[in-house]
Amino acid sequence: MARLNSPEELRKFRQAIVSKRDPDNPCISICAGAGCVASGADEVIAAFKAEIENQGLQADVDTKGTGCPGFCERGPVVVIYPAEICYLQVKAEDVREIVEQTIKENKIIERLLFEDPVTGEKAVKESDISFYKNQERTVLCNNIKIDSRSIDDYLSIGGYSALAKALSEMTDLEVLAEVKKSNLRGRGGAGFPAGRKWEGSRNASEPIKYVIVNADEGDPGAFMDRALLEGNPHSILEGLIIGGYAISANEGYFYVRQEYPLAVENINLAIKQAEDYGLLGKNILGSGFDFNVMVHQGAGAFVCGESTALMTSLEGKVGEPRPKYTRSNIKGLWNRPSVLNNVETWANVPLIVNKGADWFTSIGTESSKGTKIFSLVGKITNTGLVEVPMGMTLKDIIYKIGGGIPGGKKFKAVQTGGPSGGCIPGELLDLEVGFDELSKAGSMMGSGGMIVMDEDTCMVDVARYFINFLTDESCGKCVPCREGLRQMHKILTNITAGKGKEGDIELLQDLAETAVEASLCALGKSAPNPFLSTLRYFRDEYEAHIKEKRCPALSCKKLIAYHIDPDKCQACMICLRKCPADAIDGGKKKIHIIDQEKCTNCGTCFEVCPPRFGAVEKISGVAMPSPIPEDERNITRKSTEK
Amino acid sequence: MSEILLRIDGKEVRAEEGMTVLEAAQGEGISIPTLCHHEKLEPFGGCRICIVEIEVRGWTRLVVSCVYPVEENLVVRTRTEKIDRIRKTILELLLAHAPDAPGLVELAQEYGADKNRFEKDASFCIHCGLCVRYCAEVKKKNAVGFVDRGIRKEISFIPEIAAKECWNCKECFPLCPTSYLQAAYVLTEALAFSSPSTETVSEE
Repeated sequence: MARLNSPEELRKFRQAIVSKRDPDNPCISICAGAGCVASGADEVIAAFKAEIENQGLQADVDTKGTGCPGFCERGPVVVIYPAEICYLQVKAEDVREIVEQTIKENKIIERLLFEDPVTGEKAVKESDISFYKNQERTVLCNNIKIDSRSIDDYLSIGGYSALAKALSEMTDLEVLAEVKKSNLRGRGGAGFPAGRKWEGSRNASEPIKYVIVNADEGDPGAFMDRALLEGNPHSILEGLIIGGYAISANEGYFYVRQEYPLAVENINLAIKQAEDYGLLGKNILGSGFDFNVMVHQGAGAFVCGESTALMTSLEGKVGEPRPKYTRSNIKGLWNRPSVLNNVETWANVPLIVNKGADWFTSIGTESSKGTKIFSLVGKITNTGLVEVPMGMTLKDIIYKIGGGIPGGKKFKAVQTGGPSGGCIPGELLDLEVGFDELSKAGSMMGSGGMIVMDEDTCMVDVARYFINFLTDESCGKCVPCREGLRQMHKILTNITAGKGKEGDIELLQDLAETAVEASLCALGKSAPNPFLSTLRYFRDEYEAHIKEKRCPALSCKKLIAYHIDPDKCQACMICLRKCPADAIDGGKKKIHIIDQEKCTNCGTCFEVCPPRFGAVEKISGVAMPSPIPEDERNITRKSTEK
Repeated sequence: MSEILLRIDGKEVRAEEGMTVLEAAQGEGISIPTLCHHEKLEPFGGCRICIVEIEVRGWTRLVVSCVYPVEENLVVRTRTEKIDRIRKTILELLLAHAPDAPGLVELAQEYGADKNRFEKDASFCIHCGLCVRYCAEVKKKNAVGFVDRGIRKEISFIPEIAAKECWNCKECFPLCPTSYLQAAYVLTEALAFSSPSTETVSEE
């Protein structure tokens, strides 16, 4: 492949790719993202390729493994274009039928369609599925359309046209002005306006500057950046090159976490392809602008997502944050002006250049523009990645897109913003998502994690869990974070174990204040949030644990006991046989009793007791009912049941 | 170097550009407690006990004085109720490791810190990093370093370097506020220094 030496050559090359493809020919897109691969997508892709060849259809049917379209709950996801027919949870065994029925005969296979859990209606098209219907996908939408490993696919949907436009029709200052005008705010955590960050670097006197992609996505349960890195790496790369042009940087970096091997592979491939086409390197598209990109792998430290720790790590030192009070866009990597933005932020840049700041600001709220990708996980019917306009309410995200809470359980809270975000209770579900709105509610946007919790979740235990994560990930440099979180974790663990004392809440508040006010970096400063937000909305749960030794959610193992209701027990022997501690006494037609001395609170009896009996119950904070007298334990069954 | 005028605890202070608030305060005899600071070493910003309140154009916030640079018209308050409370908590967290370290005990008296507020921990290192940084920055030997991270982080002598370099130096010993360093050194010496004299003897 020859280099593309001008925007005109790029345009012609794109036309040549598109003209070779008949838009009416079927194209089978199979998600090859990490989630679907885990549920067998590789086998499905191989089966499709083999079947298409067997049937001699390879000339007319295109088959590709694509990026993640987000509906991981129902993977592997298959979308057949141009009709956009969407099949879910497809297995290799289904492939022959799909080719014979849908590809050859244009018939829909009902059982593979999405069925609305509420209405029971089936949806044929991807865009008709309730999970997708209520989203606004401007960044994620291309993932399912392109083979993430093919630059030609990216070019065919208009890829690199924003770069061509920026380099040939706009000055660097005009690009900067457009991004500033769009009010694009950082998608990685703090929500700092990207344009202002860029401007600071551009105006800094030091001539050598850098642009960096923060791809160190480390929040538990978050995978939006991963989906973009794996599924559409060129979109991030294109944004980065445009950013380099706007601030006069000739070098860029991807800081990718090592735990994302496929992302590392796809990014490296994308860089190689872009270099081959002359979209990276010297004199890009004949503009005179030079730009090179390097990939750096993190080594598994959460704190390296923090800007100064990331840059220290990039310099080859131990990834600890710097104590400096200068912004890294002025003195960052090797003390030079460095613009660090998150994956999703960079992926928005080509859209802004192509469609304009006015288009971008038409989406969203007053202070938060554009869309945001959330990873919707936890106790939610439709787990997956959702992209919505800023300003959609939490309720709409959780119920309209997420399909609500499974198992008929009640909603309790939604945790947003990653481990150092906060928990938002049911009474605030009408909250519109946006940077400032979430902060005001005691949580944060963070990078877009959204963990839904139901009534069985203990909020004290949630705080303990996240503080434990952050204690583990603290770099250990400053006292308020290293020592303060360690003590907070100890106290929270004690409370959930029934060893809470009067004054513990005040002690935790004191430690939280010290960490928030005195920690060196954002990890420590935001680490007490899980405690502070759960205390703000669920203080009664803390008090129940401490004062009554009761866990209202019946979740903390050390505070609950299992009991068999003698009126409900049918003496079926299931729990008795399954109990690993031999703690259940009883027999055929003899009501079962749990020996509390032997019971280990493992919960097996609770899980195996048939729901139609529901005889095993959890109790907390109340005295164990005295066991039923021996002579009343025999059940006399009706003759029909003999 | 241009002169900068700032106000610390109501007192007008002259400082030079590039100085930290801590240096400016110390120059005027205003005392701010420190644990990880050393004039020969780069600011570390680890112990956070030198935290002060600053006011810039009406906005107040807390910063650590060992890192924050002086600026014109800066207003600094080194003692407020909140600062004292934070310093007290920091001291109590460290006293859980080193309840008898003289420097900590002295500060604990001033700030009313209770050495029994938190459960004691077996390790008495307070991670000020003075030994590690002194060896790296002043002696340029790197014979002692930090290993691991977070609550598992500890100082450790690198036997290969320490066996060669430490015997006639030990300049880091008096820097250690808790004597943990000496213990770590003796342990490394006993367990990991290869002993050339005994080896030679056995070969003969």
